[in-house]
Amino acid sequence: MKKFKDLLSVTLVSAMLAGTIAGCGNATEATSTEESAQADGAVFKIGAIGPLTGGAAAYGNAVCNAAELAVDEINAAGGINGYQVAYSKEDDELNAEKSVNAYNTLKDWGMQLLVGSTTSACSIAVSEYTKQDNMFQLTPSGSAEDCVKYDNVFRVCFSDPNQGIASAQYIDEHSLATKVGIIYDSSDVYSNGIYQKFVAESEGKNYEVVSAEAFTQDNNTDFSVQLQKAKDAGADLVFLPIYYKDASLILTQANTMGYAPTFFGVDGMDGILTVENFDTSLAEGLMLLTPFAADATDDLTVNFVTNYQEKYGEVPNQFAADAYDAVYIIKQALEAKGATPDMSVSDICEAVKSAMTEIEATGLTSSKMTWDASGEPNKEPKAVVIKDGAYVSAD
Amino acid sequence: MSFLTYLINGLSLGSIYAIIALGYTMVYGIAKMLNFAHGDFIMVGCYVIFTVSGALSGNSVVGIIVAIVLCTLLGITTEFIAYRPLRGAASPLAVLITAIGVSYLLENVALLIFGADIKSFTSVISWEGLSLAGGQLKIQGVTIVTIIISLVILLVLQLFINKTKQGQAMLAVAEDKGAATLMGINVNKTIMLTFAIGSALAAIAGALLCSAYPSLSPYTGAMPGIKAFVAAVLGGIGSIPGAMIGGLLLGIVEILSKTYISSQLSDAIVFGILVIVLLVKPTGILGKVIQEKV
Repeated sequence: MKKFKDLLSVTLVSAMLAGTIAGCGNATEATSTEESAQADGAVFKIGAIGPLTGGAAAYGNAVCNAAELAVDEINAAGGINGYQVAYSKEDDELNAEKSVNAYNTLKDWGMQLLVGSTTSACSIAVSEYTKQDNMFQLTPSGSAEDCVKYDNVFRVCFSDPNQGIASAQYIDEHSLATKVGIIYDSSDVYSNGIYQKFVAESEGKNYEVVSAEAFTQDNNTDFSVQLQKAKDAGADLVFLPIYYKDASLILTQANTMGYAPTFFGVDGMDGILTVENFDTSLAEGLMLLTPFAADATDDLTVNFVTNYQEKYGEVPNQFAADAYDAVYIIKQALEAKGATPDMSVSDICEAVKSAMTEIEATGLTSSKMTWDASGEPNKEPKAVVIKDGAYVSAD
Repeated sequence: MSFLTYLINGLSLGSIYAIIALGYTMVYGIAKMLNFAHGDFIMVGCYVIFTVSGALSGNSVVGIIVAIVLCTLLGITTEFIAYRPLRGAASPLAVLITAIGVSYLLENVALLIFGADIKSFTSVISWEGLSLAGGQLKIQGVTIVTIIISLVILLVLQLFINKTKQGQAMLAVAEDKGAATLMGINVNKTIMLTFAIGSALAAIAGALLCSAYPSLSPYTGAMPGIKAFVAAVLGGIGSIPGAMIGGLLLGIVEILSKTYISSQLSDAIVFGILVIVLLVKPTGILGKVIQEKV
């Protein structure tokens, strides 16, 4: 009975909201597609959450813009199972509480499926509520392990520690090195997690881990020892599962001491070229594991980059690619189960959840993505290399 | 050979600690207060050099001069607004806590103005340094310059304190503020001068710190500041040659423990040594025991 009441209130509220939208245009930043689709009543409602303002706005806007782009494309191509898709986005300002508020706002709007949140902490906070409501949640870029701890949450990106596994596989498959040195931040969960998985996965690979040196956030100015040890051990590749701000110092110091191995980073390295006043020639040849390179020449990427640039005036980043894929993954899952918009949020969730473990998705971030019930994606790692101060696909 | 390389790396790091510790110990020696914001004065100096040099397309000399002037003004202002009114406070803790407050204030203002993103600092020293033993041993230019500048500052400070009237006044204030006032010394002016010199040294230390480790963020000065404080205590706080020795020693210990013991434990070892030194010789290596007169 309670459930029925909830449903009733959601329906009523969304009906009211629909009235507001029709009245004043953009009360919930709804897109134009939503208004036109509203007429016949049956639309899938997909919401997205991300930091649209503040320091991490670049991430949130990338996610929300790319999701919108994907929804527009899907609608133009006839929708999902013949139904149009309505889309709305909300700002969480990189704040977990505001992310929950954003979720509630979207729920009031009538959201049935959530793409978000963009960042890990927000995604975890929201998952507590999606779990309660049994709403399907697909985070494009929440990479902390806990993001997918509930069975209704899946992700598009690799989890933090799984980047360690992916890196080891990539280095092995592409025979990038014979001896590998590691410099990691032992005071950081992200770095530590990747480091441990990397070392475990390196067993029996065609390279050998010859040095593994740590630093901490209290001791992150001088890297001469860590570099010297890697150099003395003969490492021809140095794995850096750290953020770019420390990496920029490591690159500078390696250059000073005349040590030039291949440096290999993970997604935390993304941003090294944006460091103000940084001599990008130092990053020449640096490789990093990232699911998306905007310069790739396959049709899917070229189309996406062109359309995105046309609409939003900038080159999309990996967050955008993850979100774009997320919407198409939802579409594929809904189609696999023949879901319709008149199903309850919970029924849609159950259908999509079971579909997720069965589908094999193709997207910008991988040509073959599968999931198991844990919500972790299984896909081929991709890397880029920095050439002339820009990312170039390494494959 | 690799031991020598590590030793030189330790010297590079130690020379930076030494030059920061000089400013710390100078202020403590005279004003008898720990200026915990010293590390953040350094950060301010770095941002000034970064901004001015950037605006003048890489002219770092002007940048350094502007930074020295601005840091001196900042030091004087901070002393006047935040420290002087508390000098007579019942507990010496009050001014210590205020110094920590000033430190956070400066960090957060920098965060507001420049943002959290790091900036890459262009070294103010273009000299590459010495290459010994057929290129196997490299001593960076910035290391040599830092050590030379530290030594010059050390000498000038010693001469200034021992040979000039102002310096003698500083010694008198350090010994006994009340008695110095009775002798006709303007205590407030003397302490202000101390802060001016200490802050000017912070600007110079900042230029060298960021030249050696070219990454600039609002927290750039915080950890080196604390390490330099440890160095100053190790050498005997208040003693100017002690700061130099403490700084170099600390850098070498840190690098060698990173190399031969554990890269994760180096900080624990460095601070452990501090505890041991203080247990064995509470005044530090060159510190003098001053007996409290009743």
